[in-house]
Amino acid sequence: MARITASVYTSHVPAIGVAIDQARATEPYWQPLFEGYEFSKHWIDHNPAGKPDVVFLVYNDHATAFSLDLIPTFAIGTAAQFQPADEGYGPRPVPVVHGHPELASHIAQSVIQDDFDLTIANKLDVDHGLTVPLSLMFGQPQAWPCQVIPFAVNVVQYPVPSGRRCFQLGQAIRRAVDSFDQDLNVQIWGTGGMSHQLQGARAGLINREWDNAFLDELIASPHTLAQRPHVDYVREAGSEGIELVMWLIARGAMADCAQPAGPAPRLAHRFYHVPASNTAVGHLILEDV
Amino acid sequence: MPLDKPYQDIPGTTIFDAEQSRKGYWLNQFCMSLMKADNRARFKADEAGYLDEWPMTEDQKAAVRARDLNECIRLGGNIYFLAKIGATDGLSFQQMAGSMTGMTEAEYRAMMVGGGRSITGNRVIGEDGDAQAHRQPQGQAGQATAATDATPSQPQPQPNKKD
Repeated sequence: MARITASVYTSHVPAIGVAIDQARATEPYWQPLFEGYEFSKHWIDHNPAGKPDVVFLVYNDHATAFSLDLIPTFAIGTAAQFQPADEGYGPRPVPVVHGHPELASHIAQSVIQDDFDLTIANKLDVDHGLTVPLSLMFGQPQAWPCQVIPFAVNVVQYPVPSGRRCFQLGQAIRRAVDSFDQDLNVQIWGTGGMSHQLQGARAGLINREWDNAFLDELIASPHTLAQRPHVDYVREAGSEGIELVMWLIARGAMADCAQPAGPAPRLAHRFYHVPASNTAVGHLILEDV
Repeated sequence: MPLDKPYQDIPGTTIFDAEQSRKGYWLNQFCMSLMKADNRARFKADEAGYLDEWPMTEDQKAAVRARDLNECIRLGGNIYFLAKIGATDGLSFQQMAGSMTGMTEAEYRAMMVGGGRSITGNRVIGEDGDAQAHRQPQGQAGQATAATDATPSQPQPQPNKKD
């Protein structure tokens, strides 16, 4: 049986990818940030459940694969391969992403029958939203060490899906993974955020207090956090801070959110740093026990 | 019945909703075209000619040519699309974001390294935070404006249009 064993949460700031690709991680500006991921790079190989076979990676496309011609609220990548996209600076020098078409198709069929109307993407170039988290957790390997199912959420055009909807989708994804026959160690990652605003006179907004309260609540009381309205994210964490709703998909897929509820996850790692370019970086690892 | 838009009272912030998206459709699609190297080269060689290939408004074209990102956003642009113009110009996201505040690149970078812009006074229009319309532009540009402003014969500074 496939099983979800852990969830990972991280910001996916494009400048982090540039710093990695240009070997600038040891510079004074970047060193404190990458130090916060040293634990994680060790954990991914040595955690109690073992290395992941598949990462279900929740991210958002930044006007890369999806223009205004098509704006799917939730899109699941069911292809065998996904190419790193050229976002205008040339593609990142990172490996091709290998998917898991069987599991992805199984999840699509299961959650659609569970009333979540996904868009199915058989061709999808993946941008920094997906590749920066892979680089943060795996470093710079010749090939990514596991298969990855890209799951793109619209957080560009308002209204984005509610926190509640994202949380419930996470619960449905857990049910879907649980019903897949092959024996697979699956992790679910929620990415984006934390507080940041990239536009207008309020550009550069950081709300450290709100971000850390969000982390506290995500760990301890996700059901309550899922009820928070969009406008709170936008007002308190900036217009682009709305990306944080995606973290609730990963959190909803943990055992304690299932019915019947399992035990609360173990907090393996927590990290917060300001700034990476315009953005507050948050990072959590939760293990099902 | 009108749609509920509770996000319209946030200072210095334009939410890219369906209404903005409709206004900005061609502006944003023009930006998407800059993801192809050939198009970037053609745009750089003849900006006006390239923009005329798109059914954008003249205001939108002028805002692109002026690289006025605040005006582009007011006219329906979204930052993730507009970022393709910045990429074409060789700018980082931080340079683009900073350009919308009136601060110099160094001032904006220093603000971020210092922990970013404070939320205090910047939650709701009408407070007194640094993102409020009456405090634009920011940084030294704002101080210069304030000095000029002290002379009675000078016109009042224009508040940020999108507020």
